[in-house]
Amino acid sequence: MVRFLIRTLLLFAFAAPLALAQEAPDALVKRIAEETLAAIRADKDLQAGNPAKVKELIETKLVPHFDTMRMTALAMGRNWRAASPEQQKELTEQFKTLLIRTYSNALTNYRDNKMTYQPLRANPGDIDVTVRTQVTRPGQAPVPIDYSMEKTPEGWKAYDVVVAGVSLVTNYRDEFNDIVRSSGVDGLVKALKAKNQSPVAK
Amino acid sequence: MTSVPVLYRRIGVALAGALLAACAAAPNKDDPFEPWNRAMYEVHTAVDDAVIKPVAQAYVAYVPELMRTGVSNFFGNIDDLFTGINNVLEGRGNQAGDDFGRVLLNTTMGMGGVFDLASMMGIPKDKKDFGITFGKWGIPQGPYLFIPLFGPTTVRDGTGVLVRYFTGPIGFIDNIPVRNTLYGIGYLDLRAQALSAESVLGTAALDRYRFLRNAYLQNRRFQVYEGKPPPEEDEDGGAQTPPAQPQAPPAQQQPTPAPPAK
Repeated sequence: MVRFLIRTLLLFAFAAPLALAQEAPDALVKRIAEETLAAIRADKDLQAGNPAKVKELIETKLVPHFDTMRMTALAMGRNWRAASPEQQKELTEQFKTLLIRTYSNALTNYRDNKMTYQPLRANPGDIDVTVRTQVTRPGQAPVPIDYSMEKTPEGWKAYDVVVAGVSLVTNYRDEFNDIVRSSGVDGLVKALKAKNQSPVAK
Repeated sequence: MTSVPVLYRRIGVALAGALLAACAAAPNKDDPFEPWNRAMYEVHTAVDDAVIKPVAQAYVAYVPELMRTGVSNFFGNIDDLFTGINNVLEGRGNQAGDDFGRVLLNTTMGMGGVFDLASMMGIPKDKKDFGITFGKWGIPQGPYLFIPLFGPTTVRDGTGVLVRYFTGPIGFIDNIPVRNTLYGIGYLDLRAQALSAESVLGTAALDRYRFLRNAYLQNRRFQVYEGKPPPEEDEDGGAQTPPAQPQAPPAQQQPTPAPPAK
């Protein structure tokens, strides 16, 4: 009886977050994008590019929905296995920081953007899908932005962003590869650290 | 601002560096002239930082947004004309119809293209150029080139730009000061539009030259294949997936981080 109760309680405890995790990947992308755009439109500080506020928005709103470790692994390619677990952790941390900085720089230009969302083409059992969106800016041809997403226990997470055919992960792979070849995994960690400590480009 | 002698010195150092690097650099199959291109990139950056970028920044700072949008729309209208022509050349009649409709509407009701009424009415803007058309016709892109004061291109795409330059309507204006002023404003408009992307590039890239090159080539490939590029060879030259295989959905990925299948 006690065991049954515990099992039932456990079931409930797990069921609640699971229910949240069931949000479909395209619905998730849409919700996060719209919430982020709404936050920018509602906040003058964000529009002005207040670095602390932009960083906070990205860290709370966007980062939880990215699998930064998988992104780092993909950007590293076969060099990922050559890295020790500590190096992998360090690389993930530095790459995450780099991406946050990059997004911070880009985000404030998004105020006038309109997003459209294409219907998801996937089978019910898929655990790896591509969510297709388009960003339209006044006077410009729309730019397709695709999110490669995987199903994880904490819900769907993005592991690559492809802007107008340019994959974030692929673009970094070439850079990472070259640095690892010339100065090893530690060299790459050092290069990322140096990049993250340099002032943000104007 | 960098003074002119300093500019020359930077350019000189860049060229010397390029000659040295020519012996050492790992070759990239799309960029056989990388050392030369890198030197050209340095030349570009030196001149751009000293002269062009400050002018573009001043343009954004002092000219009201409404006016700048009008300028962008005016040149965008000419782009639409060429997008239409290229859609015809690629056999996409419906798209071309949209493009020519946009040009007609914006040139007349939109005061010579200054107002983009067509977009407001929901006729979508497209972007095509001769480089994409040549690519669709099966012409290979050729080596990557970085041209100072112009930017990243390839032999094929650069040829497309020249075709466009010699057929563009502004070239037919007989009044030379007017024509050159229009070219100048058009250039400034493009440079100003690139400012925000450039600052993102500066934050994202460990090596700006390479990041820009890879992004450019990936984007052009994507455009030539209309958003469905076939799988690419990886950096070792071996194909990641057999090229003969039809476009299959990506294989089921492991849930834990793992390098892509080799």
